[in-house]
Amino acid sequence: MTGPTSPARPTHNTTTEGTTSTADTTSTASTSTQPKGYSSPLETPRPHLGHAVASEWTKLISVRSTVWTLGSLVLLVVGIGVLAVSETRSTDYQEVPLTAPALFGLLVGQIPVMVLGVLTISSEYGTGMIRTTLTAAPDRARVLTAKYLVFAGVAFAAIAGSVAVVGLSSAILRGGAGAGAHGGGEWAHALAGCVYVTLLGVLALAIGAMLRHSAGAIAVMLGLVMLPPVVGGMLSMWETLAPLGTVILRYNAPVAIMGLFGLPNADTGDSPGSAVQLLLILLVTGAAVAGSYAVVGRRDV
Amino acid sequence: MIELEGLTKRFGAKTAVDHLSFQVRPGVVTGFLGPNGAGKSTTMRMMLDLDNPTSGTVRIDGKHYRDLPEPLKHIGALLDAKAMNGGRSAYNNLLCLAQSNRIPERRVAEVLDLVGLTPVAKKKSKGFSLGMGQRLGIASALLGDPEILMFDEPVNGLDPEGILWIRNLMKGLAAEGRTIFVSSHLMSEMALTADHLIVIGQGKLLADMSMADFIHENSRSYVRLRSPQQERLKDVLHEAGIDAISVPATGALEIDGVAAERLGELAAQHQIVLHELSPQRASLEEAFMRMTADSVEYHAHAPGAPGLPAGPGAADNPVRPADVPAWGAGYEATRKGGE
Repeated sequence: MTGPTSPARPTHNTTTEGTTSTADTTSTASTSTQPKGYSSPLETPRPHLGHAVASEWTKLISVRSTVWTLGSLVLLVVGIGVLAVSETRSTDYQEVPLTAPALFGLLVGQIPVMVLGVLTISSEYGTGMIRTTLTAAPDRARVLTAKYLVFAGVAFAAIAGSVAVVGLSSAILRGGAGAGAHGGGEWAHALAGCVYVTLLGVLALAIGAMLRHSAGAIAVMLGLVMLPPVVGGMLSMWETLAPLGTVILRYNAPVAIMGLFGLPNADTGDSPGSAVQLLLILLVTGAAVAGSYAVVGRRDV
Repeated sequence: MIELEGLTKRFGAKTAVDHLSFQVRPGVVTGFLGPNGAGKSTTMRMMLDLDNPTSGTVRIDGKHYRDLPEPLKHIGALLDAKAMNGGRSAYNNLLCLAQSNRIPERRVAEVLDLVGLTPVAKKKSKGFSLGMGQRLGIASALLGDPEILMFDEPVNGLDPEGILWIRNLMKGLAAEGRTIFVSSHLMSEMALTADHLIVIGQGKLLADMSMADFIHENSRSYVRLRSPQQERLKDVLHEAGIDAISVPATGALEIDGVAAERLGELAAQHQIVLHELSPQRASLEEAFMRMTADSVEYHAHAPGAPGLPAGPGAADNPVRPADVPAWGAGYEATRKGGE
């Protein structure tokens, strides 16, 4: 196509343009220009959600923070996991699933996942990119949906991939006769655990969309994950508040992840079922996601 | 074509934009002028559907912005050159925008070439200078080859070469039949680029006219007289029924609406020595300041001379072109003369 701007068009008074005169000599001829539209030779068919997803994919893979957060997640899960496998014997797996060594890294690794979730949107607000993004794509729900899809996909792939590496290495190295019987069920449990951590990241994205500030949103997410064991423990000291403390100790992220991985919980005895924990995080995340659509759709940017 | 109808934006008790109605026509550069804080950027954000108007509507080619399927094809905007992710390369910053509008990837290289950023396409944009950032912003505006282009203070902080480049670019784009809407707080800059003017102050429309009309209506012409016998000259002028305004800053007299010939003859008749007899045209900057004087939000006052913006002797600065009076001198004079 021809370039849309050729500076060499015949302009009037080109020679005086660089001068600092207050130019009482400006255009008198062009005011009578007939209104005529410009028609671009560029053909662009109507974009849909897929193009928004492609755009968000480019955004995610083209910044350093993605490499750092996902890199530290993989390093934590695989590094700690493989180290743990090397320190165990086959007989250690009689009571616990083969995927259990991945759990240690994942309990720390949930933090970079949440950080990436927050940064996926808060970095746009921080840099002002959000104005450019929404000018290009005024359908804010579509932009947000694309962000959720791309982030959730990438985060789940990284989490599940790292967990699989650890699980497979323990299965290969320690899965002999001494480890007892291990069915496919524990792999399904581990997968549910990966979904849980991914949902925590999605929740972080929703919080980031609502708060717009990286530090604030990350603080909220850290509090949400770190505080319940502490608060629950404290409340258990008072007799009247003890039941509440027990509930908090049963329903929080670290306990849920351990439960989903199929580890018996020593602290609370009878732990709630996996389905209950998954339902809970789905409800909380769903509410936050719904809130983010409502807020981002309405708010001035 | 952009149409605004009764556009209003309130932030709490403060009305930032107050029932603005105007049209931006294709094929010309429309200047959007107002002092700092007049509501220019808020108006532009509402045009792009970034801010929700309290009331009123904006239509782009007859449609609401949100109903444009691929907005970059209709309207390209440079609001803030820094509105990019600095950690991303110039190329990727543009690529993600192109993808969201289904614009072919080759177009990214084209616009980068157009603004001269091809050599730094793979560099992170946070290392860019102000001028390079501005070029990147313009590249993003041109990405969809749109019919309407909107620039918010595009020459702010640029060097003369950059200013000239943007000026020529805008004129070139308008000549292709595009709608160009450009905001500024500098009348002198607008005088060089705009064909049509929209002036706002405190969110209200002050003027919507062609540049030529604005010049015709607002440039005040007067004659400047300087004489060692100034008191006598004043008396003579007074006897002849001519009002003279003395400008303390320059030590000269300014006379409105009387031909220089007549004043020269008058002085000769009374044998008054003249050191200067020069017809002057007030700059557009002055006209703009007069127009927006009541709506400027934050006034500065020179120390020791309340309300007098120019220091004494400013007009004698040899660097200043002869036909440009001291900043604010003419405004001050008309204010004194008119009241």
